[in-house]
Amino acid sequence: MDVTIASILALDGLTNGAIYALLALATVLVFAVTRVIFIPQGEFVAFGALTLALLQAGKVPGTVWFLLALAVAVAVQDAVRGLRHRAPPARLARQALATLAYPVAVSLLALWVAPMGLPMLAQAALSVALVTPFGSLLYRLAYESLADASVLTLLIVSVGVHFALVGLGLYFFGAEGFRNPSFWDERFSIGDLTLSGQTIIIFAASLALIVGLWLFFERSLMGKALRATAVNRLGARLMGISSSSAGRLSFTMAAFIGALSGLLIGPTTTVFYDSGFLIGLKGFVAAVFAGLASYPLALVGALGVGLLESFGSFWASAYKEVIVFSAILPVLLWRSLRDPHGEEH
Amino acid sequence: MKFTLKTTVAAAAALLASAAALADVKIGITLSLTGPASGLGIPVGNQFKLWPQTIAGEKVQLIILDDASDPGKGVTNARRFVTDEKVDMVFGGSITTVSAAVAPVAAEAKTTQISIAPVGVPPAQEPWVFRLPQGFTVMAFPIIEHMKKAGVKTVGFLGYTDAYGESWLKEFVAQGEKAGIKVVATERFARSDTSVTPQALKLVSARPDAMLVVASGSGAAMPHKTLVERGFKGRIYQTHAAATPDLVRIGGRDVEGGLVVSGPAVVAEQLADSHPSKAVAVDFVTKYEAAYGKGSRNQFAGHAYDAQIMLEKILPVALKKGKPGTPEFRAALRDAVEGMGRTIFSHGVMNWTKDDHWGYTNETGVMLKVVNGQFVVEK
Repeated sequence: MDVTIASILALDGLTNGAIYALLALATVLVFAVTRVIFIPQGEFVAFGALTLALLQAGKVPGTVWFLLALAVAVAVQDAVRGLRHRAPPARLARQALATLAYPVAVSLLALWVAPMGLPMLAQAALSVALVTPFGSLLYRLAYESLADASVLTLLIVSVGVHFALVGLGLYFFGAEGFRNPSFWDERFSIGDLTLSGQTIIIFAASLALIVGLWLFFERSLMGKALRATAVNRLGARLMGISSSSAGRLSFTMAAFIGALSGLLIGPTTTVFYDSGFLIGLKGFVAAVFAGLASYPLALVGALGVGLLESFGSFWASAYKEVIVFSAILPVLLWRSLRDPHGEEH
Repeated sequence: MKFTLKTTVAAAAALLASAAALADVKIGITLSLTGPASGLGIPVGNQFKLWPQTIAGEKVQLIILDDASDPGKGVTNARRFVTDEKVDMVFGGSITTVSAAVAPVAAEAKTTQISIAPVGVPPAQEPWVFRLPQGFTVMAFPIIEHMKKAGVKTVGFLGYTDAYGESWLKEFVAQGEKAGIKVVATERFARSDTSVTPQALKLVSARPDAMLVVASGSGAAMPHKTLVERGFKGRIYQTHAAATPDLVRIGGRDVEGGLVVSGPAVVAEQLADSHPSKAVAVDFVTKYEAAYGKGSRNQFAGHAYDAQIMLEKILPVALKKGKPGTPEFRAALRDAVEGMGRTIFSHGVMNWTKDDHWGYTNETGVMLKVVNGQFVVEK
């Protein structure tokens, strides 16, 4: 191995690492606010990429029907709950309207523009707009009523949601993979290193999102409310912060980040309906590096996972996943030795 | 719903048919209709849907179950076939791992298993297993021949980390050695990997004359593209699981000039008129594309088509020895498959014998080249 190969490997690793970083941030965010270990995070990646791929092909993506089905399911759930508590019908109708308005609107828009072959950026925006509401809807359908359950229960729900999403992904997107065209086809040579436009977009978008998240948490009231919920749920509630709207917001952000990651990774690899799981899992490994608590550490961890994966596949491609996932063991050991604490229940 | 005389008669007929179903030939089929390998299983299922109700004058009942690409589920399906349904034959699985898991169940029940994936099994199970797809030996042959002609001496191997990749590697190394072709670098990847750049770098730096990519369906495009992007200029060979339009759909311009080995079925029209399979293969693609759209033809559905040809030939023979549903009939079916003799399939000339349950000969495989986004037979 010489410097050229090492630098190409490092670039490859950091590019993937940047994607893992986004997913790791989303995982940390969701866990901090809702205590949900959100395994299906990666599914949003696949959904985002595949939605764009189908829009590119001029077809109506399955995401549209999926979204509508999910929105109706949540509306029905709310209605049943409302009727049980004997809520006035006007309020029920308002509630249903609030749930259904956005999904139906964005779905109609997608149905209308899908055959038009819009410019790619517009399709990308539409894909994100289609996948983002999944976050809040999934939270309301699967997690909200269990908000006070133990971390373990929430984890089990996550596993269930993951399997459901993968199965439905196969139904809505089909078994074959797609590869999206690059957003920017330019190539730059720095010595022996070729930097593709897509790589630059990945880095720029990841950086912009990280800075954006930082500003959101530091400067905006909503961000501060999320942080407060993360620090102390009960305390935040006493201060008038609704923990369920904090949960919905964090899941919406997670879905947004996932969909965006999907758009970023779509042109560099073939994405299948089930590709998201492993990508998300690597983001999760990075998040564990950070003890599911620290954003900067998650970022470092994600870049580390990317590099480890890239160099691991160079030296021993058959054992790549083994190398990446075993790396979590020493970190767990070190974490549990450093701050020993009992199981929380 | 409105009940007319017609529907009532139809219902009565259906009832009668289910009573008579005891004497029908029953076939249990386990396919990977969902899960990671569904890309291979779904087209097989599609072809089974085109099967006629009766074959060789006998009513044939197909029981299709999904194994979700999971060997454990395949075993459950197989057990249900042999104990509850008492099937006469088991077809499947559509992937190697499931077929391998089904084999012991079929052998134990002394029921013939027609695997729709290439699979190696222990000697004790071998008498009951027959394979519809071409074996690795048969498919590696045209690649090696092509390499010999092109003067390739060294090869880089980039394959799946599963049974498919492993079997190809073993076969290719063995046949290559005899032909003086050496595998100089071996790298692995998984279908869901986000990048194979590191593997491609290592392979390219070993400077082989050619590359062999072992992957299936749309998963075969990414490694091919990456090798080209990493500046590899030599020939890139692909295996028969990659012979689908998805390779071109995803690989685009980068897979141009790629060499793919395939069964003859997918290039039916391009076959020479003297090719024994031409007529059957054309029949297969016309009927399949009439049902599922232009360009939907594929390797995997062809095997399900061939299974029908097999039944047409063996059912009359086996029916002379016993009634469907009896152990005698099951044993007779197996003997009939072994004694089937040379039979023209859409995928080549099949000749299963007592000692060879793979059946195809070395002339079966066809080398295809991607030219302007189309598969063209390489002469």
